[in-house]
Amino acid sequence: MKAHVRAEVLASKRIGAYQHLTLVAPGVGERFRPGSFAAVSVGPAGERARLARRPFWIHQVRPLGGYAATVQLVVEPRGEGSRWLASRQRGDRVEMTGPLGRPFALPKEPVPVLLVGEGVSAAPLFPLAERLRERDCPVSLVLGADDEAHLLSALEARRTARAITVVTHDGSVGARGRIPDVVAEALRRSDAAVVYAAGRAATLAAVAQAAEDHGAWSQVAVEEPSDQPWACCTGLCQGCALPVVGEHGAPREVRACLDGPVLRGDRVRWADL
Amino acid sequence: MRTSLAGLTLASPVLVASGCGGTGPELAAFGPLSAYGTFTTRSITLDPRPGAAGPRLAESPSGLVHATGLPNPGIDGFLATELPWLVQSGAKVVVSVVGRSLGELAELARRLGRTPGVAAVEINLATPDPVSNGVLELREPQHLGGAVAAVARELPRGVPVLAKLRADPVRVVESARIVAEAGAGAVVVGGALPAALPDGRPAGLSGPAIAPLALRCVREVALALREADTEVDVVGCGGVHTGGDVRAFLDAGAVAVAVGSALFHDPTTAARLAAELTDIPADTAGGTPADHLGGEER
Repeated sequence: MKAHVRAEVLASKRIGAYQHLTLVAPGVGERFRPGSFAAVSVGPAGERARLARRPFWIHQVRPLGGYAATVQLVVEPRGEGSRWLASRQRGDRVEMTGPLGRPFALPKEPVPVLLVGEGVSAAPLFPLAERLRERDCPVSLVLGADDEAHLLSALEARRTARAITVVTHDGSVGARGRIPDVVAEALRRSDAAVVYAAGRAATLAAVAQAAEDHGAWSQVAVEEPSDQPWACCTGLCQGCALPVVGEHGAPREVRACLDGPVLRGDRVRWADL
Repeated sequence: MRTSLAGLTLASPVLVASGCGGTGPELAAFGPLSAYGTFTTRSITLDPRPGAAGPRLAESPSGLVHATGLPNPGIDGFLATELPWLVQSGAKVVVSVVGRSLGELAELARRLGRTPGVAAVEINLATPDPVSNGVLELREPQHLGGAVAAVARELPRGVPVLAKLRADPVRVVESARIVAEAGAGAVVVGGALPAALPDGRPAGLSGPAIAPLALRCVREVALALREADTEVDVVGCGGVHTGGDVRAFLDAGAVAVAVGSALFHDPTTAARLAAELTDIPADTAGGTPADHLGGEER
């Protein structure tokens, strides 16, 4: 079961370009697995001005303030909905559903893994890194963003990752460039058997290709495209069609919110996006 | 609270509208499907359809503009992979159908009519973009009657035809009269209105934005069918979100209310509205369902 709750904002903190919201959302945090996400209704409860829901990555689940499993969302204020959520204060309520979507699948063996995160979509990779380390998988990490403000902090990953590569488009921190420029080298150095990636479609396509060239599996978490909004985030509306290669090689469309957001990188028909 | 629709006994007057409950399991993740009066499937076609290229949706004030292109696995895929789960779940299953021709509609009805677990067939006569979807364009009310008759004659006794009409106040009364004469057991009034996506592609508009139009349609259709002395029931839909909305549609003459796009906003909406009606103690039950609903509760 998934939970649909009126979550209470426990804390809200601005870090760089993102607002980190910690919420009490009974049933959401308890069932969370890295890669699953939460959907938020925009506007006061009962208001019906904006019907489409907004998906947000779950960055962290932890006990806080007497609650067993608070949920931390990372919000990049860029549209009307995300700006509304980012401006919620402690004590405010938001309608929230989660955890949603197919999470990352973990390897059965303690193989080396490479995690690649872009911008706000790097959020689910941090709890994933912890789960992988618990399984004795050597974790390497590539973090990329447009600039330093949009780079999720690599500090907290230092505990879990044995190697971290940082790349920004403007060179404000780490190397100057884009994730596709550095991913092949990171793969070679980590000798990863599985690549986990989250970010924009173009980046994921490049990462999936690099993984294939390297002979690694890839699992990619797609984010909601800004020009193709998801409406329900729960698999009901058929709005978020994503072209994939199905069983027996036949092309088909899946729902990004339900059959994703995590998909095998070699299954997505990137050219048809 | 039980209700009767086109001869079927339903557990609740709150229904799940076609195309808004996924394939079933997605909605069941938030509560059992048996709590709803019916679970109406997305529109099924004879052949599988992949659906439209994106973007398929846009948000408009209090509404959603949608052009999904009717994605579905085709009747064979539906009967093999989706219907058995729905029947097992305890849902009262209404299968929505749409076709490229009267022959296709008749074939769909023939297949569904002999399948156990199909409580009723709903013909989607409200496709907002029939041309781009390549389905039968039913411009004139007499075309609607032909479609309903083609389906009705293939269905066994006890499996009624529901006719879904769009919330078009100009034509809906004439359309309802004709589909009633053609053999519809009920009319579902308040389907998406023709609209366009921001890039101009044809689409449908649903949500609270169309609720006042849908309410007008339901009231006029219910009156007209009563005057015509038919036994045809009316199901109201179009932007239903709250107990107050349900009450308004029931007061307008609907025997049941279908919840659609509200489920995208809050997947528990229909379950909550159904529970509001069910929670009435037996000794105070009676009268119309509308007597037991509160006002705006959210």
